[in-house]
Amino acid sequence: MEKTAYAPEYRVLTGNEAVTLGALAAGMNFFAGYPITPATEIAELASELLPKYGGKYMQMEDELASMAAVIGASFAGSKAMTATSGPGCSLMQENLSYGMLAEVPCVLIDVMRQGPCQGVATMPAQGDIMQSRWGTHGDHPIIVTAPSSVEELYRETARAFNMAEKYRTPVMVLSDAAMAHMSEKIRIPAAEELCITNRKKPDVPKDRNYKPYEADETDIPPMASFGDGYRWFVSGIIHDETGFPATADYEKIAEKLTRIERKIDWNIKEIESYEEYRTDDAEIIIVAIGIVSRVAKGAIDKARKEGVKAGLFRPITLWPFPDEALQKQAAKAKKIITAEMNDGQLSRIVKELDGTDGKIEKVTRNDGALMTADMIYDRIMEVK
Amino acid sequence: MEQHVFDRLMRDDKLPHMWCRGCGNGIVLQSIIRAIDRTGIDQDKAVIVSGVGCSSRANNYTDFCGLHTTHGRPIAFATGVKMANPELQVIVVTGDGDSTSIGGNHFIQAARRNIDLTVVVFNNSNYGMTGGQYSPTTPVGAFTRTSVYGNIEPAFDVCRLAEGSGATYVARSTTYHVQSLIKYIASGITHKGFSVIDAMCDCPTLFGRINGLGDGAKMIAAWPEKTVSIEKAGTLSADELEEKVIIGEFVNSSRRSEYTEKYARIIEEAQRERADLK
Ligand SMILES: Cc1ncc(C[n+]2csc(CCOP(=O)(O)OP(=O)(O)O)c2C)c(N)n1
Repeated sequence: MEKTAYAPEYRVLTGNEAVTLGALAAGMNFFAGYPITPATEIAELASELLPKYGGKYMQMEDELASMAAVIGASFAGSKAMTATSGPGCSLMQENLSYGMLAEVPCVLIDVMRQGPCQGVATMPAQGDIMQSRWGTHGDHPIIVTAPSSVEELYRETARAFNMAEKYRTPVMVLSDAAMAHMSEKIRIPAAEELCITNRKKPDVPKDRNYKPYEADETDIPPMASFGDGYRWFVSGIIHDETGFPATADYEKIAEKLTRIERKIDWNIKEIESYEEYRTDDAEIIIVAIGIVSRVAKGAIDKARKEGVKAGLFRPITLWPFPDEALQKQAAKAKKIITAEMNDGQLSRIVKELDGTDGKIEKVTRNDGALMTADMIYDRIMEVK
Repeated sequence: MEQHVFDRLMRDDKLPHMWCRGCGNGIVLQSIIRAIDRTGIDQDKAVIVSGVGCSSRANNYTDFCGLHTTHGRPIAFATGVKMANPELQVIVVTGDGDSTSIGGNHFIQAARRNIDLTVVVFNNSNYGMTGGQYSPTTPVGAFTRTSVYGNIEPAFDVCRLAEGSGATYVARSTTYHVQSLIKYIASGITHKGFSVIDAMCDCPTLFGRINGLGDGAKMIAAWPEKTVSIEKAGTLSADELEEKVIIGEFVNSSRRSEYTEKYARIIEEAQRERADLK
């Protein structure tokens, strides 16, 4: 597939457009989804552009099927993505867990909207922080990134594909209803800047001795595609390196589960990404992701004018959470304020970290309106 | 000496299978293997996709690419596989619960699209894997572990369901009528479009025992009595057909075009438009 040929260097895009274009730039050639506000435009643009570049778009009957089709396509060698919002994301969880266990490269975009249930479909929220980590049954690692601008949505979607391919795992990107529909001028990175990554292919002879889950020291097994000459089997049942169910051997079960954790752990430094803003001398650290981190900067600037030393810690990868970097800031800080558009999910993550004891304050908003700089500013001034 | 078809197309290292004595799944599986052999499809270009259930274990024993998925979803996974690489021959093995209960929507939607998948429903009239509860194909009045007073839910006719949803090849056979079962599966594989073969099979351990139908052999031997050919069915009254299972080819049509072929034309058109822009 030809990449970014359609993209001039600078463009004004909405967040949803940036997701689709970032995905195409990374090599997406399969999309399956089911319409849902505020994610729908990602699918619409994919349906128009994918066939132009030889790719495939499929509107499935629901999100269960969408996630299933994405995984099926990935096994057939595609770079596949789906996009949804809260209610659809809930439906995707079962097959997302399949993707985790069967180690399937694919990308899931969750454009968060106010919830629970149907909530307020058109309004932004950050209520899926925990769902993105713990929404499935059972234990497994996951990579989730949380961009905060249209440009970052483009880049992080492309990076999500790269990580999915490299670590052989599903990767989630969290956007929200506000970023999805706002327009910003962004610089379209050149193809080389995106460091496009493709999954490692097996180099063993094409016979039935290829073991789809046999990993080298990287813990990431090379992955064949259906139809390229290997004859292999995958199962959503706990399996050994051959891919066939292996449920009678505790050691093998544990080995499988630890390996999929390890393959992420080994690479945590490369995966982890965060931004620090005016933290050098900060005594009050705001922790915020996505859209909230942007207003947090305004609040910090205003507080600094009043002589209050505030700074921002913004996880870009939400999972794995950049805990060491935040712990460093926490150690220096007098107060940590978590600011988020839910009832305190980020706050719980921060609370678990060493050195944050007794320092955590919260600003939350769950009514579908954007958090304002003043809400954060006021909290800074209260706790300073 | 030529290798036996089972040696060539099955993984004997995975045997013995996990099915009970007298289970009809083995007959359906061997019919699939013989049908594949008859069609002569490329072993390296075939993928067998399954859901979850006793029957969905069938592809564990075959020497093709195999995708053992989640309960009810194999047709959705298979849709992704086929769409991503239409050169692949994609066969779905599924149970009656897997395909018409939890996966019912995927079944009818894929039929509506007429995507080129061959779906073999191992129809044993109950949920085998979970111990024999009633399914959407359990006959009215039948006993299962969750219909101990007799089932009050009318059953789906898998073939009529497939036909009504747009499947372009639909047939039914039983574990007794093995030659036609093989023939229908082979026809389904060579047919371009969504094919459904409703393979009536026997679950002596659960459904058979609780309904007093005897062992596996007895259940198989009962099929001629229970069935009537689709040709003969046309001459019988509704009352005469009441308790009968109709076997034969229900649909074999090439009037509707296949989904991935239609999409290939979209790609051609979109690429032409893109070239025009330049
Ligand atoms: C989401 C989900 N729900 C329920 C189950 C439990 N379950 C496993 S197999 C099965 C029924 C299988 O029946 P059928 O599809 O008819 O296949 P059979 O076992 O009879 O061959 C059920 C309910 C599951 N694995 N996943």
